[in-house]
Amino acid sequence: MEVREFIDAAARAFGFSEKNIANIILAVDEACTNIIKHAYHYATDQEIEISIFPGRHSFEIRIYDNGKAFDPSLVRALDLKDHIGQKRRGGLGVYLMKRLMDKVEYNFIPGKRNEVHLIKYRSSAPTGTGDER
Amino acid sequence: MNDFKIHHRDGDGVSVIELKGYLDAHTAPDLETAFQKLLTEKKYNVVVNCRDLSYISSAGLGVFMAYVEDIRKNMGDIKLTNMSPKVYNVFDLLGFPILYEIYNDEHEAVSRFKEIKK
Repeated sequence: MEVREFIDAAARAFGFSEKNIANIILAVDEACTNIIKHAYHYATDQEIEISIFPGRHSFEIRIYDNGKAFDPSLVRALDLKDHIGQKRRGGLGVYLMKRLMDKVEYNFIPGKRNEVHLIKYRSSAPTGTGDER
Repeated sequence: MNDFKIHHRDGDGVSVIELKGYLDAHTAPDLETAFQKLLTEKKYNVVVNCRDLSYISSAGLGVFMAYVEDIRKNMGDIKLTNMSPKVYNVFDLLGFPILYEIYNDEHEAVSRFKEIKK
């Protein structure tokens, strides 16, 4: 099963709206893309483990890898004009994840594995303005 | 594997790029190639029709950001059209509506280029 389908089925079963389901899928995609790119440097023989913990009020996703640890403090605040002018690409995914989810945390177990912890609350307001157009 | 297709057509001095399917880290290089080709062919008036675009991640958004400067330097632009609410939401979260013209319909965007040419 593809990651997107896995997340879709779990978020749907939790009772999220279509918009929140789409947002969660995208956040997980961004997290996995960052792992493949920065932790594993595109190596194709490495593993990413995704665990979902649906609670009463929150939907938690924990994503684990064994690659190079990511330091979120190194990600600069997003300035779109700056990105365009300097042709920067980095930081977009991390920024998006923070906008799409209620909580994004990075945990490290030195020498063992890295964890991206994503939380979406059941009652959180929808993100963005797409539905209001 | 999810499908992503790009269809390119030219007319009235405007290049229209139609995107279909999933634009993510796997498929973003295809869009990058399409923009490279436009620059090589000196086609700077670009409309990107997103009618059949089902999904976009930051890797796809990054391609638009990487090429818009070069295109604008040559008096052109990238105008985006026909986005579903789901796709628009992602562009909106990154603040694209401030820096890019986004239209409901492809014809509106093409007309804007024609108005500028007059």
